[in-house]
Amino acid sequence: MIKILKYSFYDLMRSRWSYVYFLFYLLLGFVLLFLNNELSKAVITLMNVIIVLVPLIGTIFGVMYYYNSKEFTELLLAQPIKRSSIFLGQYFGVAGSLTMSLVLGLGIPFALYGLFESNAIWDFSLLLITGAFLTLIFTAVAFNIALSNENRIKGFGYAVLAWLFLAVIYDGLFLMSLIVFEEYPLDSFSLVATMFNPIDLSRTLILLKLDISALLGYTGAIFKQFFGTNLGLVISICTLLLWTIIPVWRLGYVAKRKDF
Amino acid sequence: MGKISVLVGFVLLLFGNHLWARTITVCNTCEVKTIKEGVAVAADYDTLLIKKGTYREFNIQVNKPLTIIGENYPVIDGEDQGEIFTIVSNNVTIDGLYIINVGTSYTSDYAAIRVVKSENFLIQNMVLEKLFFGIYLEKCKNGEVYNNKVIGDAVDEYNSGNGIQLWYSQNIVVKNNIVQHVRDGIYLEFSDNITIENNISSDNLRYGLHFMFSNDDIYKNNTFENNGAGVAVMFSKRIKMLGNTFKKNWGAASFGLLLKEINDAEITGNSFEENTIGISIEGSNRINYSKNNFIKNGWAIKVRGACYTNTFIHNNFMYNSFDLAYNSNLNDNIFEENYWSNYTGYDLDRNGTGDIPYRPVKLFSYIVNRTPETIILLRSLFMDIIDFSEKVSPVFTPDELVDAKPLMKKIK
Repeated sequence: MIKILKYSFYDLMRSRWSYVYFLFYLLLGFVLLFLNNELSKAVITLMNVIIVLVPLIGTIFGVMYYYNSKEFTELLLAQPIKRSSIFLGQYFGVAGSLTMSLVLGLGIPFALYGLFESNAIWDFSLLLITGAFLTLIFTAVAFNIALSNENRIKGFGYAVLAWLFLAVIYDGLFLMSLIVFEEYPLDSFSLVATMFNPIDLSRTLILLKLDISALLGYTGAIFKQFFGTNLGLVISICTLLLWTIIPVWRLGYVAKRKDF
Repeated sequence: MGKISVLVGFVLLLFGNHLWARTITVCNTCEVKTIKEGVAVAADYDTLLIKKGTYREFNIQVNKPLTIIGENYPVIDGEDQGEIFTIVSNNVTIDGLYIINVGTSYTSDYAAIRVVKSENFLIQNMVLEKLFFGIYLEKCKNGEVYNNKVIGDAVDEYNSGNGIQLWYSQNIVVKNNIVQHVRDGIYLEFSDNITIENNISSDNLRYGLHFMFSNDDIYKNNTFENNGAGVAVMFSKRIKMLGNTFKKNWGAASFGLLLKEINDAEITGNSFEENTIGISIEGSNRINYSKNNFIKNGWAIKVRGACYTNTFIHNNFMYNSFDLAYNSNLNDNIFEENYWSNYTGYDLDRNGTGDIPYRPVKLFSYIVNRTPETIILLRSLFMDIIDFSEKVSPVFTPDELVDAKPLMKKIK
């Protein structure tokens, strides 16, 4: 598995797209800091980017890589190698290189701009951690979709749809249900609904740092416990971990049984 | 020569009491062993010098003009029995005592120091701990309260008192005090022409500073931090609030500053940081807000209604979750030349103000007002999209509520 991971990783490292992705974040980081001249505002803008763009790129990259390396995968399948190590190796290769581009691309400009002396460092590292999680989750989801769909166009379509659903539509439905059922106590419902969407979950995690004063304006006791103590942070991170593990596990499970 | 000696003689006669005032020393081994005894034997304008030691006394009534000075902070322990000092005379000075264990009562407001119907008093350098009420000024005039430290141990609102309370008092200066862990840090009721300056009021159960029915007061350069709610100004006129800091007042009904039925006030140069609500305004008219900083608040300003002809000019609104919440469609308030960190416009003619107006009220703040649980969708892409569409064609938010000249750079 390590060998395949290494191979995929180096393959991607050599490819143009990783560089483009890396350079994009590098540029974004510098431009943000150059234009704003202030770390805390840059962190807010960056949050929007991470929550929207990182999942999208993870999804598209994952699907593309799976379909592109399909012939190579089939070649590997003919060899006496465990199936799960082929797919997991590829998955970790892609996700690893994307995460590295993200962390380095954003980390370098912020580090040069005096992040370590600033107290925004916790917000920023939390941002990078959620970014890394989102990359891992959405690449895994993309691999799952690609594995289940032989048809490339269909697979691609489903993957983008999955992103669109989680990034935008889910929140719309969420909001509508909150407004429709506003007569009922909704605080536990809204927290649970957040758990079912990794994008919302990462957003909540960042809100805990950035907008805590607004969040505490709501009266519900469950909200208060969730946001006012470390409970929220712990639960959110655990759920994100769960969100990573489940698709990766399914990837290995399906790959083992699939008839190529 | 003759004239001068007559004059000197006259002056001496006039101020004789002052010049030949005695100093009475009170200590555990002295002739005078208790403060009560000291007050009893003293003549007008004498000085009581209280040496270091512990004095278990309460209900000390100061009924003549005296100067009571503590040396190295003598402890006056009320043993939870009642009030410690009650001042009922003019021209009293109390300086440098450490008062502890004031009695708690549900029927009378026991205070560490109560001043009743007196003038020209000075209370300074006191340390008050474990108290019910701290310094209670009742129908007083022309007094000064300086450099005191009031540290309570309040847990519940119903059985705790206020740090410094002014009731029907006038022309009082409250300066450089520290008030912590009481119900209301500083409380004013029916008190006019009061100056409150450089105080630090923090960790109080209810308000850092509380005004009721008090007019023409000034408070400046105070710090209000981590109170149940920062400052409540209610039913008062012509109040000046200058250069204060309101910080970290978090909670469901919490705010940096609450204005309720306030008219003709001036709010300038204050800083509101990390409060759930920076300023909550209700039924307040003709107020000028200028040069204030609103940083990282949940809501910088929440306008609840019946607020007319207020002007907001040259303020900085930075990184607030919501800049402004409004619950009506009417707007009679002016927002002009403020700096909004959320402003996304441009300045092509380079005159320092943005070319397109800024709309501080977002649709989302409306939704949150209606269904508070939706706060969890803060900063989501979906919300940004509907906020954007509302910005392009306002339906729910007041159409004319705009800052037509948003500044491009923040005001220093």
